[in-house]
Amino acid sequence: MPVLDMSETPLREVNTTLQAAAKSLANEAYVIENPRGSHAMAVGLDGPLEVTVKGSTGYYCAGMNKEATVHVEGSAGPGVAENMMSGTVIIDGDASQYAGATGHGGLLVVKGNASSRCGISMKGIDIVVHGNVGHMSAFMAQKGNLVVLGDAGDALGDSLYEARLFVRGSVKSLGADCVEKEMRPEHLAVLKELLAKAGADAKPEEFKRYGSARKLYNFNIDHAGEY
Amino acid sequence: MCGIVGLFLKKDDLRPRLGDMLTDMLITMTDRGPDSAGIAIYGDEADGLKMTIQSDTPETDFAGLDGALEAALGQRVTLQVIDTHAVLGLPEGSEAAARAFLEEKGIRVMGAGTAMEIFKEVGLPKDVAARFGIRAMGGSHGIGHTRMATESAVTTLGAHPFSTDDDQCLVHNGSLSNHNQMRRVLTEKGFAPKTENDTEVAACYISSRLAEGANLGEALEGTLEDLDGFFTFVVGTKNGFGVVRDPIACKPAVMAETEDYVAFGSEYRALANLPGIETARVWEPEPATVYFWER
Repeated sequence: MPVLDMSETPLREVNTTLQAAAKSLANEAYVIENPRGSHAMAVGLDGPLEVTVKGSTGYYCAGMNKEATVHVEGSAGPGVAENMMSGTVIIDGDASQYAGATGHGGLLVVKGNASSRCGISMKGIDIVVHGNVGHMSAFMAQKGNLVVLGDAGDALGDSLYEARLFVRGSVKSLGADCVEKEMRPEHLAVLKELLAKAGADAKPEEFKRYGSARKLYNFNIDHAGEY
Repeated sequence: MCGIVGLFLKKDDLRPRLGDMLTDMLITMTDRGPDSAGIAIYGDEADGLKMTIQSDTPETDFAGLDGALEAALGQRVTLQVIDTHAVLGLPEGSEAAARAFLEEKGIRVMGAGTAMEIFKEVGLPKDVAARFGIRAMGGSHGIGHTRMATESAVTTLGAHPFSTDDDQCLVHNGSLSNHNQMRRVLTEKGFAPKTENDTEVAACYISSRLAEGANLGEALEGTLEDLDGFFTFVVGTKNGFGVVRDPIACKPAVMAETEDYVAFGSEYRALANLPGIETARVWEPEPATVYFWER
């Protein structure tokens, strides 16, 4: 298994090596040692590849990921898995602000807590957080699923479009146009599959579902006088 | 941007290494702000008062300053020149007279206290730390800052940390939006900021609250009520160390705690080389939540 030691190898060389390996479609397994909170690690991977990061990462780890699996055996800084297209990103520790922001697809698993703005503007990504998420999570989320085993902070799902939010614990407050919705069999099925994929020990029946009330979708002519 | 760091030792073993550790932490944060850098360090307690002063022309301003000040105060004064800064050793009760004397000579006071010394200049952390020999300084706790200027000019006085009362200092990542109004309020209370900088207003605010009898935790809680804008503050007092982030918490922060220390960094990178970090409790401080430690 190839090992890239970041105490010896510069970041740009690490990323070039990983990107070439992903493109080669050989589905190799790489290990990155001594990440020490470096920024932009394992970004732009475009093909099947297994990357294990032995430690904590800084800003924007695994951004724009496509098909690859990136496993961080530590915590991740702001913007982990930002704009992910497909593949899997697993964080053993906590994730900082805007984890999975704008993600189009794939699965992001945070085994600890995610802080504020988790899944902001998500566009199809699935995010499973074993712990809690901070305020303004799933702000303007358009598509995909955000699953939170713990609690959610203030203004969950503010200005939400069609993303589905599942929270097992408490929600400090719901954002504008976000409401609790009925949990139907198809939602339980989606949730069951996501929990299994994320290795989460929880039952779908323990969750509540939140989604858009769809009242911000159209201009309300009755409010015209207020502008 | 801006990069901030802080280190509060719980045990004495690491004391000789404080300056060295803080310097490494701050250098790691250099790319968050290259304009100016500074460190406040709480070293051995002096018998009287330590006053850190600064001059752009130290050769002329500091030459014979101890003698002149002794003559003016009628008491013994020590002077240790370190590049553009100098640390004066003053007898107890002479602070006001010394400040008036220095002001007349156009020499800037960076801070004073029985334990705190403060060094800041325009330049990169590695250069600023080397000029003042920060690595060799021991102590119980300290805070540091590397600046990307937004709210006031890139000058020595615009650099952080800001100290607005004895043994108190503050570093800030962010920008305040009600600092002009607060400046008027604080001036009326006798804590007038000396510069146009927004961060100094926050330092004055903490000093005013502490002077009114608040403890460090209460003073930090007050910033959430009374200061508007973006902030992550790290604050030092003679025996305390505190952290608070505004409710939106855009400005990054990571903390680590072991049996030996509490550490703060704008990013995890700043903490990555600390002893025992692999097994430390590492967390992101919650928005609008006060954290503080006192010895």
